Amino acid sequence: MSGRKIGDVILDLQNISLRFGGVKALTNISFDVREHEIRAIIGPNGAGKSSMLNVINGVYHPQEGRINFHGEERRRMEPHMAAKQGISRTFQNIALFKGMSVLDNVMTGRITKMKANFLEQAIRIGRAGREEIEHRKKVEEVIDFLEIQHIRKTPVGRLPYGLQKRVELARALAAEPTMLLLDEPMAGMNVEEKQDMCRFILDVNDQFGTTIVLIEHDMGVVMDISDRVVVLDYGKKIGDGTPDEVRNNQEVISAYLGVAH
Amino acid sequence: MFYREAGQFKTSYAADQQIFPITQDRVGVLLILAFAFLAVPVLFNEYWLKAILIPFLIFSLAALGLNILTGYAGQLSLGSAAFMAVGAFASYNFMLRIDGMPILLAFALGGLSAALVGIAFGLPSLRIKGFYLAVATLAAQFFIVWALTKFGWFSNYSSSGVISAQEMEILGYKFVTPEAKYLLVLAIVVLLALAAKNMVRSSVGRAWMAVRDMDVAAEVIGIRIMHTKLLAFAVSSFYCGVAGALYAYAYIGTVEPEGFNLDLSFKILFMIIIGGVGSIVGAFLGAAFIVLLPIALDVMVQEWLSGILSPSISSNLQLIVFGGLIIFFLIVEPHGLARLWQIGKEKLRLWPFPH
Repeated sequence: MSGRKIGDVILDLQNISLRFGGVKALTNISFDVREHEIRAIIGPNGAGKSSMLNVINGVYHPQEGRINFHGEERRRMEPHMAAKQGISRTFQNIALFKGMSVLDNVMTGRITKMKANFLEQAIRIGRAGREEIEHRKKVEEVIDFLEIQHIRKTPVGRLPYGLQKRVELARALAAEPTMLLLDEPMAGMNVEEKQDMCRFILDVNDQFGTTIVLIEHDMGVVMDISDRVVVLDYGKKIGDGTPDEVRNNQEVISAYLGVAH
Repeated sequence: MFYREAGQFKTSYAADQQIFPITQDRVGVLLILAFAFLAVPVLFNEYWLKAILIPFLIFSLAALGLNILTGYAGQLSLGSAAFMAVGAFASYNFMLRIDGMPILLAFALGGLSAALVGIAFGLPSLRIKGFYLAVATLAAQFFIVWALTKFGWFSNYSSSGVISAQEMEILGYKFVTPEAKYLLVLAIVVLLALAAKNMVRSSVGRAWMAVRDMDVAAEVIGIRIMHTKLLAFAVSSFYCGVAGALYAYAYIGTVEPEGFNLDLSFKILFMIIIGGVGSIVGAFLGAAFIVLLPIALDVMVQEWLSGILSPSISSNLQLIVFGGLIIFFLIVEPHGLARLWQIGKEKLRLWPFPH
């Protein structure tokens, strides 16, 4: 592949437990993510994969455990703060802004980087106008990168599913994240769309050095593109390691990959 | 045939991000503005200016305000008339109690007062959504009208709560004639409409729409939901407040709190529903529809049917036709006149060819 070097641990989760009332979504889970790596989280339905992502970007607040991001112990934080720290994500069910064009959706991804206040924007003199153009340039780079130039001005509601997923990735990338969380980026796609998406994920990782944490059900894809895999089942961690290690882990096989009876 | 952008290539993002990227649109808008500023005061008589065009512009401004809140930020509100009342009574009190207060500053302060009240009544939006929020804004509607009636201070202890707007004077020029009032209202509305358009095409507008379309995703992207919603309430109420001040000063002259009742709030809501939710031009089209159509129907009924039908029947007929037309338009185009306008423009790009 490339010259990317997997670096030090940038996200360290220690003994995370998350409960909703009496339901234990996550129990005592620890794992880490290294800089520039592609880290997959797999597991059967309801294993707590999406909850794990929600813990990472501050949507859920675990009752127990410690989270260390970029060497800083994280206190309770809100999702918009995670965005400021460079964590972006896409959603399992597409969460685009349906009434807006592709361009506006992707521009929204840069919102934390825009400094002009609403009065400057209302008058549109000085930096408000300049900012729109500067950020448009960045956004166009992302649009070029993901090959969605032709649909720039189309309202996202009118796009087919596969393209909507790609626009969502574009919106996440527009923030120039250091860590990208992808929740089932290939769910519901056909083989070609999956190949495209794999290529984009690998390119993002390779060219921008973005650390990627992804949830995916397609085992072929997971084993191909990820550097390390963590396996969850019923909110507990049952395996962690390189794709080969995980594939040969007896517990993982019986819980998830299927075992011959 | 004439309306197409073929050959108009954009070579910079600035050119692509203009309000009207197509040359014909720009020319058209400039012609309309020139007509409105130069020709209308000369061509139209006092009745047209006073009874039709001034209220049309004022309601456009109020509808614009509500459209920012409901159409762009997705927060349903039934309190627009109350925020207009705050603007009207606040401007009145600033004029009354501070010597030498310039009228434009009084309008702006009226708008700001409405914005503050709007923020206060927008606080429930942080917890409740949709219809429930609409009911919470009803509280604003009833409470504000009640407070303005109950506490005499607001109306300078006039016997029935009625205030008489002071004269409008800018740099020694008194705005007395309908032409002058019309031009003043037009200038304010045009400037505020431009500011609204600039906001909705910038990051603040995208934040509003993001919160409207998918608030969880908006938060994850880094949008502060609370800040964004309250800003929408503030800006929207500012627009309604200025509209209310103009309503008192440039249109009615003497207003009472009851004049800003729930009926008026609904009227403004219907304007944006018919005009187009989430569209600047929609606010103007909707206001035109609601203000002009009853008058047009009235004239038509008077002209054609006055000999045939008794006055009571013909006035009811007018209401029936009005209601029927609203239903017709909503069935034909639920996204409002603005969408119809957009479809028309798209068709016009191809005309007279089928493809």
